[in-house]
Amino acid sequence: MIPVIVIAAYLLIIATIGIIAFKRGQSNTEDFFLASRTVGPMVFFLSIFATNMTAFAILGSSGLSYRRGIGIYGLMASSSGFVIPLTIFFIGTRLWALGKRFGHQTQVQFFRDRWECDGIGTVIFALSAAMLVPYMIISIMGGGTVLQEISTAKGSHDPLIPYWLGCAIVAVVVTVNVFFGGMRGTVWVNIFQTILFLCFGFVAMVVISHAFPGGFGEIVAKIGADPKSSFLLTRERMPQTEFWSYTLIPLSSIMFPHMAIMCFSARKVTAFKRTVIIYPIAIMLIWLPCIFLGVIGAQVIPGLKDSDGILLRLLNDNAPAWLAGLLGAGIISAVMGSDAHQVLAMSTMFTKDIYTHYGGREKYGEKAAVHFARAFILAVTVIAYLIALYLKSRQGIFEIAIRFAFSGFAAMAPVMIAALFWKRSTKWGALAATLFVAGTLVTFAFLQGSPAPPAAPAKPATAVAAKITPPDAAAVTKADAVEIKGMTNDTAKAIQQPAADAKPAAVTASVAPKPKMIVLWQIGDHVILSRAPATGDVRFWNSSSNPAGGYMTVVPMVFGSALCMIVFSLLTRPPSRKTIEKYFGEPKPEPEPAIAASAR
Amino acid sequence: MKKLLLFLMIAGVYFLHQDNWNWKSYDLVFGFLPTGLAYHAGYSILAAVMMAVLVKFAWPKHLEDVQPEKPADQNRDAERHE
Repeated sequence: MIPVIVIAAYLLIIATIGIIAFKRGQSNTEDFFLASRTVGPMVFFLSIFATNMTAFAILGSSGLSYRRGIGIYGLMASSSGFVIPLTIFFIGTRLWALGKRFGHQTQVQFFRDRWECDGIGTVIFALSAAMLVPYMIISIMGGGTVLQEISTAKGSHDPLIPYWLGCAIVAVVVTVNVFFGGMRGTVWVNIFQTILFLCFGFVAMVVISHAFPGGFGEIVAKIGADPKSSFLLTRERMPQTEFWSYTLIPLSSIMFPHMAIMCFSARKVTAFKRTVIIYPIAIMLIWLPCIFLGVIGAQVIPGLKDSDGILLRLLNDNAPAWLAGLLGAGIISAVMGSDAHQVLAMSTMFTKDIYTHYGGREKYGEKAAVHFARAFILAVTVIAYLIALYLKSRQGIFEIAIRFAFSGFAAMAPVMIAALFWKRSTKWGALAATLFVAGTLVTFAFLQGSPAPPAAPAKPATAVAAKITPPDAAAVTKADAVEIKGMTNDTAKAIQQPAADAKPAAVTASVAPKPKMIVLWQIGDHVILSRAPATGDVRFWNSSSNPAGGYMTVVPMVFGSALCMIVFSLLTRPPSRKTIEKYFGEPKPEPEPAIAASAR
Repeated sequence: MKKLLLFLMIAGVYFLHQDNWNWKSYDLVFGFLPTGLAYHAGYSILAAVMMAVLVKFAWPKHLEDVQPEKPADQNRDAERHE
């Protein structure tokens, strides 16, 4: 009961901040969507960080390290700490300047103007919106799950806040905050939220460590001494190709519509300075304790089916109730901070890129545009909530969608880079790259399989895998290919190879046949596309014996998109000289103050 | 020359991320932190230092003087009427 009271108080504070921001706001779209471009340096950092940190940063990271070990930090956190500040530095600052000069409020407005084409903006809008919606839905689902977990008393199976109510609470609070406060309300709330979840990791580490008399050293020693779990302390089961591929994923960050919109909202470009320096440290403060505690959890509470709940379990078991509530509020902060920006971004995009662009503002006026935006926020939240309820048990669908969304947004980065830095880039290049990204997303989503159930070692991973004739593992070579239903003999093949795939400590304890790589496309001896049975992930160019080896799909997507951009731009007519001068000429100097001019 | 050095710095930091030499290390730092994790925590600090160097030596100062021109929608509307 105590954690629920603490979280209720927290949610009340959030809603109140939104309403106060509403009273300070003005009735125009620039104020509603960008807080009149007045966000100061520290608030800018706290807000842009909250925009990027989802529940995954806390729950997902610890859940993954529970299964795969410490390598998750290098895979996701330190690569993000390197790439994201660089993209904010090189791309975010330029976006800010263009927004300031020409009044752009969304990426699509910039693309339309830069390439003198309405259509390219609409295509990119459609793709971005399609990749963003699953993100919003899973945020609500994540919030509902967290509230349900936290409100379940020890030893009980009946939560005080059931899933449907938890989703509703998160949806209502986010809606109130964004509906009334717009960007101003969202960034004010972010200040509170980011501080809360930045403190979360450190406090959780200290509290949980006190529960173990031998300290963390003793637990880590036990993990290392057990051959079934020792891999958690290294990356020996993590393919190096996967590790390298992941460095491309953070390119997605600057392409997220909510991140780009945040870049437009800064008062001065100097606000970016502090942000890019602190960003890697802030990532470390959150991810390091979460990943370490995930590994500790594999030893302390082994055998969890839903490993994403490991941190909540550790907190519930080892922290006082009020502190568990406060830390739970920290997790909810991460959920709601990013969700609010996603909702606001969707609303901004629809209002600016569709409603205003196609004449809505001219017809109904500026105030009506804000009303339209608010109505859209309500509608999109209600729809997301209903989908979250309807697909409660199918959360995996959205997780897969999000994984693809990350790759998709990352693959759109060459389009943004070309728009900002390459004069010769054309709308046809951008269109080819966008269609390539959309096409590969659909193809890879189609080829993606479901992860193998951890407790079903003898069964094949997917329906497709079930069609594979299982040959004798010892005698298998790459030539042992058999037909897979629905694919041609040339492309649909399966081979068996020894698996070195990562598994949770408790799961590896069971005696299971080694999972087998499923070859989807092969030319000669080269496996172009394959699928890892344990995760269902599609892999590109797997030349190793590891079924989970090969590069992630983001690699061909990013390089393919860049190639499309280059080739089609060179083959088509460049933008007009007027546009080139507008975007690549010297910006107009600041006008001299009238008093100084007259005094001369 | 400055640009080349900064580029080499970024490339160097990027390559340091691919720490193959720590891949199978079971050593612990401070008696509880696996080497691979401690290395990448240190790497995060290095990334922050790299960004501080970039801000100091490669900051796009010309962007600080940017002033508003016509809003984007007005630009496009004007072009349509031309």
